[in-house]
Amino acid sequence: MVKEIEKTGIPVVHMCTIVPISKTVGANRIVPTVAIPHPLGNPSLTMAEEKEIRRNLVLKALEALTIEVEGQTVFE
Amino acid sequence: MKKLRVVHYINQFYAGIGGEEKADYPPEIREGLIGPGQALQAAFKEEAEIVATVICGDSYYNENMEESKSQILEMIRPYQPDIFVAGPAFNAGRYGVACGDITSHVQNELHIPGVTGMYVENPGVDLYKKEVYIIETKNSAADMRKAAPKMAKLVIKLGHHQEVGSPEEEHYIKRGLRKNYFADKRGSERAVDMLLAKLRKEKFDTEYPMPSFDRVSPSPAIKDLSQSKIAIVTSGGIVPKGNPDHIESSSASKYGTYDISQFDDLTDQDHETAHGGYDPVFANEDSDRVIPVDVLKEMEKEGMIGSLHPYFYTTTGNGTAVANAKAFATEIAIDLKNHGVDAVILTST
Repeated sequence: MVKEIEKTGIPVVHMCTIVPISKTVGANRIVPTVAIPHPLGNPSLTMAEEKEIRRNLVLKALEALTIEVEGQTVFE
Repeated sequence: MKKLRVVHYINQFYAGIGGEEKADYPPEIREGLIGPGQALQAAFKEEAEIVATVICGDSYYNENMEESKSQILEMIRPYQPDIFVAGPAFNAGRYGVACGDITSHVQNELHIPGVTGMYVENPGVDLYKKEVYIIETKNSAADMRKAAPKMAKLVIKLGHHQEVGSPEEEHYIKRGLRKNYFADKRGSERAVDMLLAKLRKEKFDTEYPMPSFDRVSPSPAIKDLSQSKIAIVTSGGIVPKGNPDHIESSSASKYGTYDISQFDDLTDQDHETAHGGYDPVFANEDSDRVIPVDVLKEMEKEGMIGSLHPYFYTTTGNGTAVANAKAFATEIAIDLKNHGVDAVILTST
C-alpha cells in the first residue's frame, strides 16, 4: 500500500513496529512504533502519558515527511 | 543411519496456548512434539525424532527479536539437535518472520541446518529466503498434510548432510543461488536455440532471470507542514463501531473510507478494530492507539499542520493478498490526489 501511494508522488511515512517488514514492503520513510497491538500507545501508562508518546511519534513522522531521503530511511 | 534429533519451533497458537490474546507469550521449550509436530513426525517415520518443541508468541518474538533469539538459542543448545524445523507459518506474517529469523540464527550461531515453510506472500519469505530453506506452502493450515512430507524430506537430507536438489525438485522457494553444472550444448548453441524459440513464439527458459526490484523512489519531502494536508491510512483495521462495511478480519477483500471530521478523539463508543491478526483489546479501548486522530486534530488546531484530511482509509492487513492491497491503495491514492492531500501517515499493526 505504501508503494502504490508513494508512486503517485505523495510522500508516505510508515509507522509500524516490525521495521524489517516495512523495509520489505518498500517503505521509504519509516518511524518505528511501540508495539504490534498498540503502535501509537502504551496501555500500561496513564492516558496523558500515552498521548505524550503518541504526540512525539507523530511529530517524528511529520518531520520525516519534511526531510528529503535518498532511499529507505528509518527515523529512530 | 542414525535417527536424527529434531527441535521444532511453533507459535502460541499452534501450541494450543491461545490466539492473539496470548501473542505476547515468552519463549519456552518442552520435551517432545506438540501440535503440528505430529504431522512432521509422521512424515519422518523412523528416520528422525522431534526431541523438543520451542514455543513463542508471535508478537513477543517480533517485538523482542534480539532477546527472543538469544533465549531460544540457549534453550535449544542442550538438546543437541541435528536439524531444526520451524513452522510452517503458511500466510501468518509475524509467525513467518519469527520462523525465518530463528532458523537463520540457529544456522549461523549453533551451526545446525534448518528448514521452515511459508506461503509465497508471507513477508518472512523476502526477508529470509536467501539464508533459509523455505518450503513453499499454500496460504492456510489446510495445506499441512501436503507440506509436512516436503519439509520432512528436506529435513532428513540436510540432517545427513546430503546434497540438496534444485528448488523445483525439493519444493523450496528460490534462494537466488547459482549452481555450476556441465551442459550438453555450449553457450552459443543454447543462445541461438533460445533466440529461434523466441522468434517462433515458443516457450523458452532464460538461463539468467533478471531480479525484479519492486521499489518505488521516495517522493519529494513536503516543504511546509503548516500548509500541508495530511491524510491517515491504516492496515490496522480501525473502523466505526460495528464495522458497517463488514471489512473482513483477515484476507480483506475491501477497504473502508470513513469521515473523522466530527471526532477530536476516538473512543470505545465510536471506533474499534476489525483486524483479526492482533489482540484487539487495546485498539478497541482507544483507536487513537492505531490511528493518531486525537493528536493530529490538536496539531491542526495549533496550526502545526495545514489540515487533516477529513477521511481516513482502512483495511485489515493480515493475510490480505498483495494484489488486493495493491488494488485498494491504487484507488486510495487517486482519492488522495483528488482531495489535494500532500502527505500520508500510514500506520500498521
